[in-house]
Amino acid sequence: MELRKINDYTWEIPKEGPMRVPAIVYASEKLLETVKKDQTLQQAKNVACLPGIQKYSYVMPDGHQGYGFPIGGVAAFDLDEGIISPGGVGYDINCGVRLLRTDYREKDISAKRRELLTEIFKEVPAGVGKGGITKLSRSVLLEILTKGAEWAVENGYGTKEDLLLTEENGRMKDADPSYLSSRALERGIPQLGTLGSGNHFLEIQKVEKIYNREIARVFGIDEEGQILVMIHCGSRGLGHQVATDFIELMENKIGTKGLPDRELIHAPIKSPLGQQYYKSMCAAVNYAFANRQMIAHWVRDVFAKVLGSSAGMRQIYDVCHNVAKIEKHRINGQEKLVCIHRKGATRSFGPGRSEIPEIYRPYGQPVIIPGSMGTASYILVGTKEAEELSFSSTAHGAGRVMSRHEALRRFRGEQIRDQLLARGIELQSTSLKGVAEEASAAYKDVDEVVRTSHEVGIGRLVAKVVPIGVMKG
Amino acid sequence: MPVRTRVNQGKKFVYLDHPADAKFQAFGRTLEEAFGQAALAVASLMWEPEQIKKTKRRTVLVQGRDLEQLLFKFLSEILYLFEAKGFLLASARDIKIFKQENGYSLEAVFEGDNYNNSYVIFGEVKAITYHDMIIRQNDEFLIQVVVDM
Repeated sequence: MELRKINDYTWEIPKEGPMRVPAIVYASEKLLETVKKDQTLQQAKNVACLPGIQKYSYVMPDGHQGYGFPIGGVAAFDLDEGIISPGGVGYDINCGVRLLRTDYREKDISAKRRELLTEIFKEVPAGVGKGGITKLSRSVLLEILTKGAEWAVENGYGTKEDLLLTEENGRMKDADPSYLSSRALERGIPQLGTLGSGNHFLEIQKVEKIYNREIARVFGIDEEGQILVMIHCGSRGLGHQVATDFIELMENKIGTKGLPDRELIHAPIKSPLGQQYYKSMCAAVNYAFANRQMIAHWVRDVFAKVLGSSAGMRQIYDVCHNVAKIEKHRINGQEKLVCIHRKGATRSFGPGRSEIPEIYRPYGQPVIIPGSMGTASYILVGTKEAEELSFSSTAHGAGRVMSRHEALRRFRGEQIRDQLLARGIELQSTSLKGVAEEASAAYKDVDEVVRTSHEVGIGRLVAKVVPIGVMKG
Repeated sequence: MPVRTRVNQGKKFVYLDHPADAKFQAFGRTLEEAFGQAALAVASLMWEPEQIKKTKRRTVLVQGRDLEQLLFKFLSEILYLFEAKGFLLASARDIKIFKQENGYSLEAVFEGDNYNNSYVIFGEVKAITYHDMIIRQNDEFLIQVVVDM
């Protein structure tokens, strides 16, 4: 496959055959080597063939093979001629990250670190096998799907300020839960307020390095050693079922003929089915926002109980990693509304965008990039250049390089836990097997991913944080 | 008319390397056996099916426009029953696949138990995918599936 070097971090797959636009891959030489080993590049080409795609099919620096779209795939579609694809969002709709600051420093909590983690583990249900906090009624669930994190705040989980510091203010207004199947609702009822398993985690972190003090301060990050809390989870089984349902509905309506990959099934965004998926996806996004809102509330409760106060635990931001949105972008010199798919990518709006919280508007939005379990995570800031370079998007994480199966062969959960402890990281998990699967050696080097984002200019470094306590579902 | 029916014996599936998710191949002398083994392969990513008591039975009925969709929906049943009903699959038996005018239908009995604290859940499968899905007959039936984890 032809891959043209544009600069040290930008590679183009020229338009050929059925591709409607070229593809652009953002990767260092080192990252590109791993990208070449799987189907990422072919998947980026497949996306470039979809109707109504604008400018380029993009792959972010953490790109790796997905199903249909690559993970780290970003594509924008014309609203008249374009499509919407459940595979372009992913099964875990609004898998995302919420980050809380605190006024605590490492020395304030080091004696109580284990207790904090144990209490968090008690308060925040992992939800694997066991349900969430309450048996929800269907009517309450429908309200949550409509109102997202707003519902949670109205019901005593967190503050109105949290909503202002959440992407979309914690609520996608186009949500219409009436299109969700009863199966999706049934999967959603027992799992509200649960973290989930797999790559999802909750971490107590400390700031290790600040790259940009001015912007860090705006975000609420004051100095090295400051304690933060990161929550990484999504829309749970409800979102997975929405994706599963609409893939089937679209197959039955449109058929799978001519698709290079069945997971690329899509519907015209203007069509009734395209709209039904979009509105259902928005409802699942809202479920995930409510979920993270509740979990953040419990974390604050635990801090208050164990350390005496949760004052100062302001939310830095809450970002989506798997989503489709209608956004305004400049294309060929003209502003237009497009449907952006970000599958394993973070929005990275720069200064001036009206969608981002007022306090961040002069600087750009916080971009939160979790590493793998037990490794560094990063806070970046969105840039003006990203509008031109990637439809205001950047990476979302480390990206796996080793299969779960291989990780299980190579690592033992106990050994990973002991190694983390030796590095000063406490771990609480429902399963040591799950710990082995998520071993950080099974992931790409997140440092290289964020460095690439910074060099390309689609998200610039603000701070590096490292975990001191990890809860894995 | 059923293609063929038989009860599963032994474990006939393997996991393959896949960078992001889990990929497996399941085998069977009949298509039904391969479907049953695929069900065990999915369940084994979350719990140990052989440790689940067979105290409950659930009848599963699915339809698909083709065999791939039939498999996708059949395996998705395991996730739905676990998350919505707390049901843990121990084995899928009495699987019957029928060719119909516009696709296929399947009926099966899932044996297993409802979740309780004595069971260990060590993984979570988010969804079944069509990515790299294969359903093929050589000497034996071969099924390959990638699941999102």
